[in-house]
Amino acid sequence: MFDITLLWEVRGLILQGFWNTLWICFTGCLLALSLGLVLAALRLANPRLFGYPVACYVELCRGTPLLILLFLLYYGGPSIGLTLSASVAGVMGLGLYGAGYFAEIYRGGFKSIPKGQLEAARMLGISRWHALTHIQIPQMARLIVPPGTNQLIILVKESALISIISVDDLTKNATTIVNQTFQVIEPYLAVALLYWLMIELIARGGYALEKRLANRQPRPASQQGATPHAHG
Amino acid sequence: MLEILLNHYPVLLEGLATTLVVSLSAIALGLVLGVLLAFGLTSRHGLVRWPCGLYRSFWRGTPILLQLLLVYYLLPEVGIEIAPISAAILTLTLNTAAFQSEIFRSGISHIPAGQIEAARMAGISSWQTRRRIIMPQVFRLTLPPLTNEIITILKNSSLISVIAVTELMRVSEQIASRTFQPLETYLAAALLYLAVNLVLALLSAHLERRMTGGLATD
Repeated sequence: MFDITLLWEVRGLILQGFWNTLWICFTGCLLALSLGLVLAALRLANPRLFGYPVACYVELCRGTPLLILLFLLYYGGPSIGLTLSASVAGVMGLGLYGAGYFAEIYRGGFKSIPKGQLEAARMLGISRWHALTHIQIPQMARLIVPPGTNQLIILVKESALISIISVDDLTKNATTIVNQTFQVIEPYLAVALLYWLMIELIARGGYALEKRLANRQPRPASQQGATPHAHG
Repeated sequence: MLEILLNHYPVLLEGLATTLVVSLSAIALGLVLGVLLAFGLTSRHGLVRWPCGLYRSFWRGTPILLQLLLVYYLLPEVGIEIAPISAAILTLTLNTAAFQSEIFRSGISHIPAGQIEAARMAGISSWQTRRRIIMPQVFRLTLPPLTNEIITILKNSSLISVIAVTELMRVSEQIASRTFQPLETYLAAALLYLAVNLVLALLSAHLERRMTGGLATD
């Protein structure tokens, strides 16, 4: 029932789709990671000014489907003078949508570092910058790797939606093959396997990174279930 | 945006109703399947655990759009004619079951082993233990991730517009192409999704506050 020669005949379309999915996911995730960091930094630096707007943005991302955002960018953009190609709209959609989630992940990591550590650092005469780069960021990095990996996986899977705004990604090309060959199982399963592969690689990468970071640093007190007085 | 909402609210609300019916039926059906899968995942027998793990891995590891297309085009191939809306509910159910099973599995692992041992000592059957002792606590423990899953499914239901189910997203597409106001129309739709999800989140927070008591701790 499973015809492997059919897949060989359409390898061009599959590879093209795979390449497009790869670069759009990569740039989209990069945009999400950096924009999320900016949002989280703004919120932490000046909660009074940026707290509310950033919180609203986060809720907006959490409460509305990515598909709506893609349609707003691709079909709604031109009416405010923003004409984007489908793939750029895809990258921007993934980036803007993911940024809301990443902002919250960064903030969660930052907040879970006990205040006492910073107070102790100040007592010891360690500068604010030094405390940030040597105390807060190393610990935070370890805490945000698992939820960050999760979010990257979600974004890669959600990237299939860009096929709806006519980007020639894996999903769109699979549908093209289905319509050309009238075979449903082979193209869709092959493409599903490729997504699975990408996701498995991200998951393993995240796991390896988590282990490396864990070996380098002592565990933060909050993770040992310690009382506020028990770390030091 | 307001103009669109005011002029087209009957169709928009009809679309929203379809969105809610599809998502909530998938959540409810997925809950049953998810609980069963979670029992499978925590089973002592490898022969039960392994296929459940494979199922979970596939449905969590591939895009839901691809799953939808696969279900929608595959079933007629094997001789099962299915309406788009049924295919939509079926796909969302099979997808959410995998995610819910993982939520429940993690909840079950938080129940102290002593409780289950005590139940066995007291001569309570393993099925009764699951029904009366484990699951009531698991539902309370897993309410926050379950709410997230409901919101995710509500958001994901937007892509069933691809197989021509006239839910909120598809209705908005139709309005956008008729009025030539895509920006306003999709903003209006976004507002409706946001409103429903905010209500859900508030409801869940209220439930969680009410159910704080009665949890056994180790």
